[in-house]
Amino acid sequence: MKTKTFAIGGIHVDKHKISSQSAIQELALPEMVYIPVKQHIGAPAKIVVKVGDRVKVGTLLAEADGVLSASVYASVSGQVMKIEEVNSGQGYLETVITVKREGDEFEESMDLSDEIVREIPDNKEELLKIIRSAGIVGMGGAGFPTPVKTNIPEGKSVDTLIINGIECEPYLTADSRLMEEKAEQIVIGTRILNKILGIQHAIIAIDENKPQAIARLQEITKRYVGVNVQSCKSIYPQGGEKQLINTITGREVPSGKLPLDAHCVVQNVATVYAIYEAVQKRIPLFRRVLTLSGNADLTPSNYLVRIGTPISFILHENQVNMDNVGKVIAGGPMMGQAIAALEAPVTKTTSGITVLSAETADKPETSACIRCGKCVDACPMGLMPLNIRAAVEENDIAILKSLHVQDCILCGSCSYVCPAKIPLLDYCKIGKYELGRQQKAK
Amino acid sequence: MYKISTSPHMNSQQTTQTIMRDVIVALTPAMLVSLFMFGIQALIVLATSVASCVFFEYFFARRLKLKNTTSDLSAVVTGVLLALNLPATMPIWMTVIGAFMAIVVAKMAFGGIGKNIFNPALVGRVFLFISFPVQMTTWITPRFMDFFNIDATTAATPLNILKHLGAGEQLTTGYWDLFIGNIGGSMGETSVLAILLGLFWLLKQKIITWHIPVFYLGSFAVCMFLSEIVTGAPRFDVLAHLLSGGLMLGAVFMATDYTTSPMTKKGKIIFAVGCGVLTYIIRVFGSYPEGVSFAILIMNAFVPLIDKYCHQYVYGTGRK
Ligand code: SF4
Ligand code: SF4
Repeated sequence: MKTKTFAIGGIHVDKHKISSQSAIQELALPEMVYIPVKQHIGAPAKIVVKVGDRVKVGTLLAEADGVLSASVYASVSGQVMKIEEVNSGQGYLETVITVKREGDEFEESMDLSDEIVREIPDNKEELLKIIRSAGIVGMGGAGFPTPVKTNIPEGKSVDTLIINGIECEPYLTADSRLMEEKAEQIVIGTRILNKILGIQHAIIAIDENKPQAIARLQEITKRYVGVNVQSCKSIYPQGGEKQLINTITGREVPSGKLPLDAHCVVQNVATVYAIYEAVQKRIPLFRRVLTLSGNADLTPSNYLVRIGTPISFILHENQVNMDNVGKVIAGGPMMGQAIAALEAPVTKTTSGITVLSAETADKPETSACIRCGKCVDACPMGLMPLNIRAAVEENDIAILKSLHVQDCILCGSCSYVCPAKIPLLDYCKIGKYELGRQQKAK
Repeated sequence: MYKISTSPHMNSQQTTQTIMRDVIVALTPAMLVSLFMFGIQALIVLATSVASCVFFEYFFARRLKLKNTTSDLSAVVTGVLLALNLPATMPIWMTVIGAFMAIVVAKMAFGGIGKNIFNPALVGRVFLFISFPVQMTTWITPRFMDFFNIDATTAATPLNILKHLGAGEQLTTGYWDLFIGNIGGSMGETSVLAILLGLFWLLKQKIITWHIPVFYLGSFAVCMFLSEIVTGAPRFDVLAHLLSGGLMLGAVFMATDYTTSPMTKKGKIIFAVGCGVLTYIIRVFGSYPEGVSFAILIMNAFVPLIDKYCHQYVYGTGRK
């Protein structure tokens, strides 16, 4: 198979996939789970339980409020203790439902056996309804409600379904383990999406450095006509939606538009697995696979975790040596978010937890730009980060606009390669924000 | 407490200092050749140039209250490049003046590293060339491994000979001598072999891309070649021109200077072709036999303009 890649920029980062050989294991259950009602892009879900209610695993806690929203389910059985607004740790308040665990009792409707169900229901509307009610969102990071992404509006057409198994963030291996261990389920999930979209083909894109996942899926897809595996060059950010569309189809998503405008739908493998579980096994989204890894003193692992589990609990179960921990990141080291309060819960979009040692937690000291052009060569969107920085410093909105700062995908490649260690991504964020604000004001 | 910061939480190992270190490594073959060929005098020029560049940078950074950046090694690089652009017989005090022009006038006065418009080492060289034309064009004959070669005879450079080559005459220096550097000339520009070894290292370490050297040498060679075809005159000998004077050193180490060359590939190509054509024009039509320094400095002045108009193609905006 010929390895494909995208046309503009990209960088080589150290992969550190040290957890790639550790099988997915079920994490022990915490005493308390903290479940935010908004784990997605869109409106918070409407709460349907009260303090004191008894819930089981899979009981609806909050229901999608409109189309751009997603339902939230109890991930443990027990009692609702609190419903309150707490600081999200990112500068805003969010509503969180606290459930105290008692035992581990499931709603009867779920089929928790290992048996693979291959027969897919035929009704497209029915399929969409199940996915919507299961609370499925894009689990690769953005958290965009999946039904919205797969429901094609009038006048648009889709000809390519891409399943994103790239996982280009360093350290993270949850998706790759999932592909190895749940290959057929993922292919069936892909078939479900095929039905919804009304197209016959799908491409599962996998990083060339994951030969096991590639081999496994190639073997399975022999039995599923129309689903094919594509090996992609191991370069960051290969897993970026716009980059992957370019890699697979050679097309570009027009500036300011959606993948749909390039006739593509891209879904992450974890999402596709959740779709399989929802449709074939009646399991709503109450758990996910995530990687715990990093360069701190820990055991690199892939866990099946209940949503709402405090990150501190995972670190504790793994016996991470906290004495030398400098930084804990929700997600991978390139785009993940450093978290202040370790009680923060795992959400639908937490694909990993990266723990960095104290020595590597500090940002390097910056020096003067030497105009080396490395940021320009790195940018996968063809932007000129050093010029964006200059425009931000001069607060020149017109130039920011001409530099297309709005097209920045916040991948951080520019900051990564800069020999002067200038936080170029931060300038891009400010630039995007300022430009957006000005345009709104008009 | 755990650290909070914006992403990315990882950075490449490359810093300004490691880049400069790689440039110094790349310059090492040329330095060694200059020591082998010109002996102790070359050592004196090198040492003087590097020491004064570092000193001036340190001293003026303090005076101008700029951050002390000597540890980024860029002043060392400028010092080495300046020395390699001088004849081995350069008097010490003149070398010091060259270093002053390079660091203080061309670099610090513009705001320090990354802010200068003109290549510092070339500013130093051209200033010396204009001020002390005799010393700057006194070349001694190289004597391999004769370390105390201090009173060697004066040699004419191949470029000078080429320039005044009449019809039917021929360059007496062989291509091989030009290639390995067994000729008179500035300390670091004589050995094409040493410079190419440096180029190999720069490319391997991804310090520079191939665009500037290739387009510089290529456009220059095309111009010379066309002249040779049209006139048939031996003074347009393409290979001799490519191997002579400061062209290789300029194309590999001077025109590729980050700060004074354009950002984008497109810009780099325009810049390099400009350098090539200007070098040709000066060598052929100018009163000087050599044109590399002037060509690069002139093109340096155009870099802001080139950068203004040569942007990258932005994803999703529709290739035309
Ligand atoms: S963060 Fe933005 S500007 Fe920087 S490389 Fe990524 S897309 Fe380009
Ligand atoms: S990578 Fe850093 S030093 Fe190089 S041009 Fe960009 S901002 Fe300047």
